[in-house]
Amino acid sequence: MYKFALAAKYMVKRRIAYFAVLAVALCVFIVVIVMTVMVGLVRDFKQKNHDFVGDCVVATESLVGFSYYEDFIKVLESAGFVSAVSPVIKSYALISLQDTDEADVGVEMMGVDPLRHDRVAGFSRTLSYRAGDVSRAFEPIYDPNLAGCILGIDLALRRNARSRYFYDPSPPRVAFSVSCFPLTVTGALAKAGTSIVNTQTFYYSDHSHTGLARVDGSTIYLPFERAQLLCGMNEPAKRASAINIRFAPGVKLDAGCENVAAMWRKFKLEKAGQEYANLLDTVTVQSWKAYRRESIAPMEKEQTIISVMFAFVGITTVFIVFVVFYMIISHKSKDIGILKSAGASNAGIVGLFSQFALFVGLLGSCTGTLAGCLFLGNINRMENWLFERFGFQLWDRTIYAIGDIPNQVDFGVLAIIMCSALLACLVGALIPTLQAARLRPADILRVSQL
Amino acid sequence: MTKNGFLLEAAGIYKSYRMGATEVKVLKGVDLAVAKGEFVAIVGASGSGKSTLLHILGGLDKPDKGTVAFQGRNLGGFSSRELSQFRNKAVGFVFQFYHLLDELTVLENIFLPAMISRSTVGWLVSRKATKSRAAELLVQLGLLDRARHKPYQLSGGERQRVAIGRAMMNEPTLLLADEPTGNLDSATGNGILDVFTKLNKSGQTIVMVTHDERIARRAGRIIELADGKIKT
Repeated sequence: MYKFALAAKYMVKRRIAYFAVLAVALCVFIVVIVMTVMVGLVRDFKQKNHDFVGDCVVATESLVGFSYYEDFIKVLESAGFVSAVSPVIKSYALISLQDTDEADVGVEMMGVDPLRHDRVAGFSRTLSYRAGDVSRAFEPIYDPNLAGCILGIDLALRRNARSRYFYDPSPPRVAFSVSCFPLTVTGALAKAGTSIVNTQTFYYSDHSHTGLARVDGSTIYLPFERAQLLCGMNEPAKRASAINIRFAPGVKLDAGCENVAAMWRKFKLEKAGQEYANLLDTVTVQSWKAYRRESIAPMEKEQTIISVMFAFVGITTVFIVFVVFYMIISHKSKDIGILKSAGASNAGIVGLFSQFALFVGLLGSCTGTLAGCLFLGNINRMENWLFERFGFQLWDRTIYAIGDIPNQVDFGVLAIIMCSALLACLVGALIPTLQAARLRPADILRVSQL
Repeated sequence: MTKNGFLLEAAGIYKSYRMGATEVKVLKGVDLAVAKGEFVAIVGASGSGKSTLLHILGGLDKPDKGTVAFQGRNLGGFSSRELSQFRNKAVGFVFQFYHLLDELTVLENIFLPAMISRSTVGWLVSRKATKSRAAELLVQLGLLDRARHKPYQLSGGERQRVAIGRAMMNEPTLLLADEPTGNLDSATGNGILDVFTKLNKSGQTIVMVTHDERIARRAGRIIELADGKIKT
């Protein structure tokens, strides 16, 4: 009992302990904020990537595409664990605004069936004007009979000074020429010797805001069949670049992908020997994580680097706590002698200073967490204020496709940070505490008397 | 008791310290026996090893050679835990410089040994009785009105009385006092010795170390320590 009572008294009476509390609080404060924002960004980014492609992708990197995709879609649709599938054409195109002198822009082109793609990738959620009626996504509101196209939001809209988009209440009538090099099944230019490129005119019907900066800044969406035509994937065998798949609720990602891979292997064997079966050789079955790993991996690496950097902050805290406790215990050696002369054991002395360290850790981590949560709760307000006053923004929204700074505290992360802070305090106090416990009362009291 | 009926018996105690390259032999074969209810004063010049001997008798230090038996049990055979319990329950220490804990009040300093001996649950159960015992000691020592004061708010004599209260808290069999009046003026020192005399009259065994023969004369028996040995 004396351990708790004395540790509490030391905590209150020793001003130097407040420095240790402050060091822990500052460390926890910084870690809570950075980890919350970073974890939020990564989580958000992963979710956006997941939403963009669905659960699983059967795809080829080849611009030629792969054949028999309709047959495989039938196989997939008959499987109970698959909830929806969407064939996708992926290629590159040049777009130019008609009736202007603006230079052509190179873009990534995606051909999708809006309804099917919505079921797999929540396509309607990314739209603005046709969000409520995705089946008509490629019908411009101003003239539904025109061939419509959807632009990535950064291709379609400008941003204001605060990097927020200028939204038009209805889409302006804008015509684009979309040009694409059609390829044969062997990868040769389909129209070699003639006009080489396929060009079609499309009208701006909507924009898509996926939240993925690279996608929103470089992708246009066309109706599936038209994209297929532009890329020459309509003949001699119909081809697609990918089949995006959404699993039924409750299906685990790895298990679902494994099932699709097995189905694909069987399908490929069945098609072996057919005329365009060689196009199936470049096709892979991947989960959304693997398919988008080039985008996700750098972000995860960034998170790892930050975690490592904050581990160093943690080590610094351990060292500060060590120094503070070394000083406290040096000043308290007389007390240790007194306590031992009154019957305190070595374990009791360790317990006393360990409890003291726990108090420091608890108070520091609670203070740091509270301050961190308060800061996070107001982080967007503060950023707005900083922007209005000084034009300062933490993240350039043209690079980081985020609306608000993520500030949702993950209680799991919070618990880990607090436990780490408590552990850091115990580790920091361990050596001085063990030294204190080993002190011989006669030596202390004799020295004290000198 | 030892087989000779003594409460405390030290035989052939040797102790030396290393001061740089030099080994200082402090105790060179001390034999000592204290009967229950005795008030023994150990006198000797400064540096004669009085405090070292007292620390060894109270289990605060270990001799290089020799044995200390308390109630027939050799302290050298005690485990660390048993030694802590011995210091907590069987012995009470009073030091020259009082050695009170600055963060605690007078009352808390007095019941500190009781707190040390109890677990959290044990403390919660016995808290009232313990505080009542500490208050009783405060009354006996004339410090009741100082219960909530901190040590720095007390005079030297008052601090030493608090130290005596703390030493007596667990009703130890043996009270060890190391120059208890060494830091006090004559009148205050006499007051402290009066307390010791009173305690001894009520049956308390006391071993006191002092360099002042005048003070030693207040004890029932005087043992002189010179050149690391008991002078006969």
